[in-house]
Amino acid sequence: MGEFEPTIIAFVCNWCTYTAADLAGTSRLIQPPNVRMIRMMCTGMVDPKYVIKALLEGADAVLVSGCHPGDCHYINGNLKARRRIKLLKEILPKFGFDERRLKMTWIGASEGIDFAETIRELVAEVKALGPNQARRQMVI
Amino acid sequence: MARTAAIEVTEGNPVKALQEFFRTLLERGKIEALLVARHLPVRNAVMPTLVTDPQQLAGADPLAPVFPINAAKVVSRLTRKPFEGRVAVVLRPCEIRAFIELVKLKQGRREQLIIIGMDCLGAYGNVDYLRFAAAAGDGSSATLDFIRNALEGRGTAFEDFDITTACKACEHFVAESADLSFELLGATLGEGLPLQANTPLGEALLGELGLASTREPAGRKEAVLDLLAQRTAYRDRMFAETAAATSDLDKLMSYLGHCVNCYNCRVACPVCYCRECVFTTDVFDHEPAQFLRWARKKGALKMPTDTVFYHLTRLAHMSTACVGCGQCSNACPNHVPVMELFRTIAAGTQRAFDYEAGRSVEEEPPLSTFREKEFFEVTGGKD
Ligand code: SF4
Ligand code: SF4
Ligand code: FES
Repeated sequence: MGEFEPTIIAFVCNWCTYTAADLAGTSRLIQPPNVRMIRMMCTGMVDPKYVIKALLEGADAVLVSGCHPGDCHYINGNLKARRRIKLLKEILPKFGFDERRLKMTWIGASEGIDFAETIRELVAEVKALGPNQARRQMVI
Repeated sequence: MARTAAIEVTEGNPVKALQEFFRTLLERGKIEALLVARHLPVRNAVMPTLVTDPQQLAGADPLAPVFPINAAKVVSRLTRKPFEGRVAVVLRPCEIRAFIELVKLKQGRREQLIIIGMDCLGAYGNVDYLRFAAAAGDGSSATLDFIRNALEGRGTAFEDFDITTACKACEHFVAESADLSFELLGATLGEGLPLQANTPLGEALLGELGLASTREPAGRKEAVLDLLAQRTAYRDRMFAETAAATSDLDKLMSYLGHCVNCYNCRVACPVCYCRECVFTTDVFDHEPAQFLRWARKKGALKMPTDTVFYHLTRLAHMSTACVGCGQCSNACPNHVPVMELFRTIAAGTQRAFDYEAGRSVEEEPPLSTFREKEFFEVTGGKD
């Protein structure tokens, strides 16, 4: 059996982090292929249930990344998202989901290098954590 | 200074004393109507009832040890829009706290209401209450038995059951934010039932009714602290046991294993106010092919699907507003300990936002607001 390859679901906002991801790609920065990217108009659209569903379906980590505070194209969607992630980080670990499986960060449109680095670090961290508990079993 | 009046109690029957007080409010035109738990002409059924005719107060019994629904839900319906005059609502502390949450979520209005509360001695589950009332012969005698046993130190247990787990774990048994509240704890009923005003509105009303002030009964403080100690100890044990029983996904699945996705728990929940819950919308009308894909992924798929998903989502959506009333557990046909789970998680989520559900209309619900500079730890210190 080969090395454990985690699956990471990334909810990224169209205006900042998605653009940064694009930039990382066109700049040919090396990144591990473990991320499934879901483009949202704003991190403020990431309902907690999207994160919960991803983890229950066996994603090994979820990344939510948008514009830096002050740069959100909908003014404060990212600040609302921060409260929701705070909430999830309070709830999910109670059920054995390691807090590190849920990551939030800000990556601006011009920060392609930062994007690639964030992904590399997250993949390494999740590899060390091992597979998510929901991967192994039927979730009722 | 909060003002306390003594309501005369005859024949040692506090329920009659309450009914007399309500009658005065209606007859003297202080209110248009009164919403109060009342025995229905059906055997042993007690339901919130909107009374305008003082004659109809005969069956009013807010001390009956049962509340088949959390009445905050009906008060929310009643106050959706302005109406003529003023209405008094007689609620348990957990109903008042749920209503405060609903007001903040714009699902009800505090204006035009006089909220009357009481020290809550707890309630039986709906089904247990039927047995309790049947044994006493009728609902009114059942209430008196219950109140006397509880106040005279004989406890609330009956045959093989007791008041609900939610009530045993409830530390908010005093109706602090009611305009007026009946203080049973520590009272010597022969000397009258103390009625305490907690707000200027309540004080004004006591004044208008010309009720003489009295002092708080000597034994009250101690009675309250005693019950608080019992309830808190029980609650903390419940938190520890529930946390241990749900500490990973395997355990959570056995905890929820008998859930049939009927969603009664959220229909009964006073603070789950969405008219349409996402779990009953098209979003969850999955395509047949989707079920097959899921089944193939792990070789088996339990149906109906999304049981754990439903409970986790409801925890995320409303645990910051959970008041611990226990109606979710009361409504579950399969004895899933829903309240235990929700209160345990709610304790953490409310603490995380320095919030307490039902405490005050002034405190903003955590997910209805945000600050520019806060919770930097969420983004690993990035601001
Ligand atoms: S989750 Fe249960 S205990 Fe909490 S407010 Fe809703 S019905 Fe009451
Ligand atoms: S009431 Fe009980 S069976 Fe119905 S959805 Fe809630 S936990 Fe499941
Ligand atoms: S638009 Fe990027 S976070 Fe709101």
